[in-house]
Amino acid sequence: MNSPIYGKAWKFGDDISTDHITPGRYFHLRSDLEELARHVLEDADPSFASKVKAGDIIVAGRNFGLGSSREHAPRVIKLAGVSCVIAKSFARIFYRNSFNIGLPLLETNTDEINEGDDLKIDLEKGEIEDEFNGKVLTFLPLSPFMRKLIEDGGIEEHIKKYGDFRVE
Amino acid sequence: MGKTISEKIISEHVGRDVKCGEFVVAKVDVVMAQDGTGPLSVQELKKMNMERVFDKDNSVLFIDHASPSARKELSNSQKLLREFSKKTGAFLSDVGEGVCHQRLVEDWVNPGNLVVGADSHTCTSGALGAFSTGMGSTDIALAFALGKVWLKVPETHKFVINGVLPSGVYSKDIILHIIGKIGADGATYKAMEFEGDTIDNLSMSSRFTITNMAVEAGGKTGLISTDETTRSYLEERGRGDKFREIKSDSDANFEKVLEIEAAKLEPLIAFPHTVDNVRGISEIEDVKIDQVFIGTCTNGRLEDLKVAASILKGRKRHPDTRLIVIPASREVFLEALREGLIETFLQAGASVESPGCGPCVGIHKGVLADGERVLSTQNRNFVGRMGNPEGFIYLGSPATAAASAIEGRIADPRGYLK
Repeated sequence: MNSPIYGKAWKFGDDISTDHITPGRYFHLRSDLEELARHVLEDADPSFASKVKAGDIIVAGRNFGLGSSREHAPRVIKLAGVSCVIAKSFARIFYRNSFNIGLPLLETNTDEINEGDDLKIDLEKGEIEDEFNGKVLTFLPLSPFMRKLIEDGGIEEHIKKYGDFRVE
Repeated sequence: MGKTISEKIISEHVGRDVKCGEFVVAKVDVVMAQDGTGPLSVQELKKMNMERVFDKDNSVLFIDHASPSARKELSNSQKLLREFSKKTGAFLSDVGEGVCHQRLVEDWVNPGNLVVGADSHTCTSGALGAFSTGMGSTDIALAFALGKVWLKVPETHKFVINGVLPSGVYSKDIILHIIGKIGADGATYKAMEFEGDTIDNLSMSSRFTITNMAVEAGGKTGLISTDETTRSYLEERGRGDKFREIKSDSDANFEKVLEIEAAKLEPLIAFPHTVDNVRGISEIEDVKIDQVFIGTCTNGRLEDLKVAASILKGRKRHPDTRLIVIPASREVFLEALREGLIETFLQAGASVESPGCGPCVGIHKGVLADGERVLSTQNRNFVGRMGNPEGFIYLGSPATAAASAIEGRIADPRGYLK
């Protein structure tokens, strides 16, 4: 993962569930992630999949990713080209699934970021700069293991590299 | 400083004393995936050239979410699981056997176990004094092959429930009350321990309903200490020798403690579209219901079916309200059949379907039409959950569901129990 990350913000509200991200009626598409990604976040914003561009950033409220354990949710977000998700908080399983597949999640107060703002994220400094309004937000520091997962490109690459989990 | 249940069980599986907040690698006892999440686990293992399982008897694949399959894509995914089972020796619980979480507590999980599953409601098993938590497909793939997972040891929130539950109020109402109180993210990342004399007096079945829904408050797991009820349950299932005392130390560190008076509770309903949108039955105005669903890993056990049947006996569902009943497992179905409950449901106008998740996951067996409302005994009511984002999902206990099926609107079960 290269830092800084540059991308345009797409705003969502609180409690965006894995059913918003990957609706149950597309259960049969779980075996075809590319196809499932055409419906990413459809029940929160039906036009999102057609609007999102490579590198864009999802910016949301509280408890993003609540609900089911389906790893398909962060996978289709990543497949749609999203480089990072910023939210006030994340649900637990979504959080570990995202880092396991190499999708960084950052926690900060997202109220001052608006849809369409260009963001610059410096993972090392722990800062998000909103290039539209010039505001600089700090995000909660990532734990060393989460940083390692992002650097390694996810848990599978991590296991290939070390042959085992290296949490220390 | 003493330890919480989570710290004790994880310490045993790490091989040293661990405290909340630490990142650890822990051995696991039971690993499971289901037909919605398992195919991705199998694909990842193939990709990594790691198609193997650490323990054949305790690596389990459940075909329960689309069971029997509703379309060819799902059939092909399920075939992947059957082939993986043949190849590796992993145990396969196929079509008709029941919902993964119910099957796990029937035949696999014991006190002190560390259980991981590719399903968010894996926390159900925590009522047996096991640390049991949901993860994603890749985590579970690696757990199948390596027999271990990475974990952050969670802090614990304690919920103390004391007093006698009023008639018509059940463990479902207790957990809905807690979620309504603390919110859908009120316990994010935390272990939730439930104790108090109300919990002591609950059956295992009722306890599973509570731990099942820990994740609906964001919890990593729900836990209940073991006691004589746990011991009898294990003895009845031929696992009496697996009983162990599991409980938190009296000087363990609880980040938060919430006390609840059971006597003050009434039947509760979670309104669309979040589980924490909870209202008391007495404050609900007329809400017409198009479909009632009694079943799932939350409330599809024999005790639940008995309560529902006691209300439905000699009565009919409302002509405008469909009633779907799905026992959580083959064993529950057989026992319900022997006790005449299935006949009661059929006489009441219900459609009784084969064990599995049913309409809760939105694929089959009762997808809602636009604008329709369902009252379900399941655990989750998000937009689109039951297959139609234009549908409205209300959650309640089996008693409330049965009363509502009769009246065709959200109804108070207490009038039927006198």
